[in-house]
Amino acid sequence: MSLYFTKEHEWIRVEGDTATIGISNHAQEALGDIVFAEVPEAGRRVNKGQEAAVVESVKAASDVYAPVSGEVIEGNQAVADDPALVNSDPEGQGWFFKLKLDNPGELDGLMDEGAYRDWIKTL
Amino acid sequence: MSREVHSGPTDEFNQARGEPYRGDPEGGAGTQPQPLDKLPLDEWHRSKGARMVPFAGYNMPVQYEGIIAEHLWTRENAGLFDVSHMGQLFIHGRGVAAALERFMPGDFQAAKDMKPKYSLLLNEEGGILDDLMATRRGDDFYVVVNGATKYADIDYMERRLQGGVVIDHMRQQALLALQGPKAAEVLDAAIPGVAELGFMEAGPFRAFGHPLWISRSGYTGEDGYEISIPALAAQDLADWLVADERVKPIGLGARDSLRLEAGLPLYGHDLDDRTTPVMAGLNFAINKRRRAESGFAGAMRILAELQNGAPQLRVGFDVVGRQPVREGAHVLDGEGNEVGRITSGGFSPSLQRPIAMGYVATGLAEPGTALKLEQRGKLFEARVATMPFVAHRYYRKGAP
Repeated sequence: MSLYFTKEHEWIRVEGDTATIGISNHAQEALGDIVFAEVPEAGRRVNKGQEAAVVESVKAASDVYAPVSGEVIEGNQAVADDPALVNSDPEGQGWFFKLKLDNPGELDGLMDEGAYRDWIKTL
Repeated sequence: MSREVHSGPTDEFNQARGEPYRGDPEGGAGTQPQPLDKLPLDEWHRSKGARMVPFAGYNMPVQYEGIIAEHLWTRENAGLFDVSHMGQLFIHGRGVAAALERFMPGDFQAAKDMKPKYSLLLNEEGGILDDLMATRRGDDFYVVVNGATKYADIDYMERRLQGGVVIDHMRQQALLALQGPKAAEVLDAAIPGVAELGFMEAGPFRAFGHPLWISRSGYTGEDGYEISIPALAAQDLADWLVADERVKPIGLGARDSLRLEAGLPLYGHDLDDRTTPVMAGLNFAINKRRRAESGFAGAMRILAELQNGAPQLRVGFDVVGRQPVREGAHVLDGEGNEVGRITSGGFSPSLQRPIAMGYVATGLAEPGTALKLEQRGKLFEARVATMPFVAHRYYRKGAP
């Protein structure tokens, strides 16, 4: 299992050819109280950089982009039902969707956890 | 993840109407951003964990522990708001009441002492330049205007006032609001006598060695006070208030969600210079004598709209589903024609569902009318709602 982060504050947990994607703790803190989440349905194809999910806080609406291409295996119904889960456990139970990776090579160049945590300190 | 749309009163997110900046072909390249002013309590807010954002030319606290928690705290206890960015003006001189009546539709000549009145600064076309509170203090008027518009307001009024009338901008005064059902019991312990004020009554008090001007008013729909205090004493008052376990500091974010639930319009969003008082549903601010006599800026249009109705009206919306519909969304009729625009919208912490405010063609403004809202290509079912969304709980003397 490996964990990657993007500069758009998404995390990607990879097990075999399955990627689980969510937003970082830093992202949920910046958004504040999350009141709405929309996750993609299984079977949908998403390309790297394409919007795949929506997250809205009291103050702001954001798209969650697919950091890698693939076919959605599952959207997390738990965050759609209880969006506050993204605040309380952003990098665990508050994941957004799972993908079957098209091309694991797309993970090259993403940050590992240490690099990401260091980078956000510079923001 | 990318931020797309922001709403609410912070102009971190600016461009209130969602319009691109058009004034400068260079897109502002090479211009320096205006330095932000500092609130008297700037350090105090940061020490309380505030997240500061630019708003109305100031760094302002948008939230401390979180907007929803702060919102609900204010509805149940008492919230302390720093609104020192607002313009506090003292307008005085020979003929001041008559002079104010030239660009505001209230009855200032017969205004009773120490009774704040909501009024509107109007342009010659009847558009709203600002909404404000004006209180007679003897022969003079104390006027509180919005922070983002204060310099333009002063300029506009000064150009229309005759020599004898003078506007003093009370820059040395901070303005704090204490709002919520426990505000009166808390504040009366520090400043005995404030509990005797009724809603929309004001008076001079003394505390912490300084003179204060306190009115029982606010912009949350709750009982509460607005306290004008010398800036150098503001921290003493703020410290004293938050030392009480019933009081927490509350940011701009919750101020916005509270006023939206209360159905109160926010200048720059729900009101602007293209909005008339009749469109905005603020007919109560147009005094009876003034209607009969006319003679205020924009009177011709406003009196005609009072008679015949305005083309559009400000209404509330109940939005079906859970997703917030925000400022800038289009309002559509059954055939998909655009019939209005959302000017404020968000998630209501008290009701736990999305609510919005906006303008629609007058024929569609009846509560219960089913309409659609369009935001980023997505359609939402909505129904025109009666405002306020959450009942006001002002303190009326003699009321049970």
